[in-house]
Amino acid sequence: MTALLEVRDLCTAFPSGQGALRVVDGVSFDLARGEVLALVGESGSGKSMTALSALRLVPKPGRVVGGEVRLDGENLMDLSVTEMRRIRGGRVGMIFQEPMTCLNPVVRVGAQVVEAIRLHEPVSKAEARERARSLFAEVGIPDPEARLDAHPHELSGGLKQRVMIAMALSTRPEILIADEPTTALDVTVQAQILSLLRDLQRERNAAILLITHDLGIVNELADRVAVMYAGRLVEVAERAALLEDPRHPYTQGLLRSIPALSAPGEALPEIPGVVPSPDQWPRGCRFSTRCPRRFEPCAETFPAETTPAPGRRVWCHEVETTEGEDAR
Amino acid sequence: MMGLEPHIWSNVMTVLLVSGAIFVTRVVRGQRLWREAAQALWQRRRFALVVVAVYVLIGLADSVAWKGGVPEGAMGVLPNAPLSLLDRAFLDSREASYSAPFADVEFYGGAPLRNPGKHPFGTDILGRDVLYLALKGARVALLIGGLTSLIAIPLALLFGVGAGYFGGRFDDFVFFLISTLASMPSLLLLIALIMVMGRGTVSVCVALAVTGWVGFCRLSRAETLKLRELDYVQAARALGVSETRIIFRHILPNLAHLIVITFVLTFSGLVLSEAVLSWLGIGVDGSWGQMIDGARDELSREPIVWWNIGAAGTVLFVLILAVNAVGDAVRDVLDPRTLRGQQ
Repeated sequence: MTALLEVRDLCTAFPSGQGALRVVDGVSFDLARGEVLALVGESGSGKSMTALSALRLVPKPGRVVGGEVRLDGENLMDLSVTEMRRIRGGRVGMIFQEPMTCLNPVVRVGAQVVEAIRLHEPVSKAEARERARSLFAEVGIPDPEARLDAHPHELSGGLKQRVMIAMALSTRPEILIADEPTTALDVTVQAQILSLLRDLQRERNAAILLITHDLGIVNELADRVAVMYAGRLVEVAERAALLEDPRHPYTQGLLRSIPALSAPGEALPEIPGVVPSPDQWPRGCRFSTRCPRRFEPCAETFPAETTPAPGRRVWCHEVETTEGEDAR
Repeated sequence: MMGLEPHIWSNVMTVLLVSGAIFVTRVVRGQRLWREAAQALWQRRRFALVVVAVYVLIGLADSVAWKGGVPEGAMGVLPNAPLSLLDRAFLDSREASYSAPFADVEFYGGAPLRNPGKHPFGTDILGRDVLYLALKGARVALLIGGLTSLIAIPLALLFGVGAGYFGGRFDDFVFFLISTLASMPSLLLLIALIMVMGRGTVSVCVALAVTGWVGFCRLSRAETLKLRELDYVQAARALGVSETRIIFRHILPNLAHLIVITFVLTFSGLVLSEAVLSWLGIGVDGSWGQMIDGARDELSREPIVWWNIGAAGTVLFVLILAVNAVGDAVRDVLDPRTLRGQQ
């Protein structure tokens, strides 16, 4: 399976009083055609920033300071602004977290979808409207014809998210970046949106980069999982392997803190502390300040990538040491 | 183009204005948000809206002008001068005497009254009907308020939205410009500008616009800074929408309520500023300001000549009051913050 999207050593920095803060630091991963890769981590771990960096949408004053993002071998970082604009929304669609605020309140939703279609393809307004109508039907919006003429405030959150998905799908993207697509929705609506995303991925063979902090969603949808912590990847693995046998202490902590998995009545195990802000990241392993199994080198040097099993990458000194012993 | 006579320009402008109004009405009818706002406005300020509409109709009646159809020598106008609808309504109202309301008393000139009972507001010292002058002032006032806003608001939007959206150097430049303009006494600047450009309706409007755009520029810059960070602008970027399109499609429509509110609220202020300029002798010909200025000396006469200044003051006052009342309601209807208060 050749990779559709290759991200190599992506670094994004924001200037600050103490020099540039790398909120995304050396992130590398592949995304194959038709694959769902989940990017998991707590708030502030740089998952959304990774996705925005890949599309060169990092808000000012931040900017991508290094690395490559290759779409079919073509480095997006070298493209001109106009070429990049054609990629965004064309070959790569994006769904945002907040459907409530992601639609322009003064424009009818149909007109917004029509606009998105006509932006990337030279079709007439009537054709675009027809396509918008069938897209609305495809993403499960009841009475699509009438909904085309609705203003955003007349739609519920779930419907708005469906409109957003319709808009992102309007140009048949090869990659769909979904940034916490269900966080702002009710649980029942969440399930509907997730199954919609899964159906769309199967029918259209689109790759999805799913950004989430909800491991339930990961279990539901993802083929592979990349766990991020404080701007760095800590573990990448197949979904089943990761959920059943997490290697990195952070992944283990995350999995333990899912409510359903712990026995009722017991205190929920949590990872002590919070993600440090970028200016307080430790020199060595970023997780070393909260890691229950830290030892000597953790605070000093950043662990190198280890591949304990095919398809699995871990960045942890402990794993490095045990793997090294196994090899010996 | 400049070879066209002024009255033809005026006719063209009238046609443009009326078709513009029809266009705006159609847009408002098509957009539910705006239609509801217009209905709410009508419910709240029916009377004030009617008053404003009357002024607008008078102004339009004074804008449609054509030549001919006037008996030689009537009204003392040039034989071949274009006359507006309003002029024609007052064709033989010119008096040889300075007369009081209802033209039952004559003053100072001693000439016999030619049109007794035809001057409900009396005449001024030159024998012109005061009602006629007061009505004629409506066009000038609306022109000053409207034209100045039409210059000032796009100017403010250009700089404000540009500065807010793009930031950086352009923002610094605009802020420097704003601070500089704001630190100059605006009356001095106004006088200087009018002296440089010469007197005339357009130059007065330009001068008022140059001194008046600063406030709205600040407002639109701040609002754009806020809108720029909103999710739907980010989403538009992620869809590959270009910057210009984002401004025209996503920023400006969401500033529209601010534009309408500012337009209505500055309008009355501008009409008043013109009165001040007339008092300084650099106003627009035929304005209420000039009427008031001309009537000032008459106040000291015995018996007192009050109807002149009274008429000008009243029509000015009523227009300002009506526009302010409408403006207030427009803000209530369109401003999301006050909307939340009602619910």
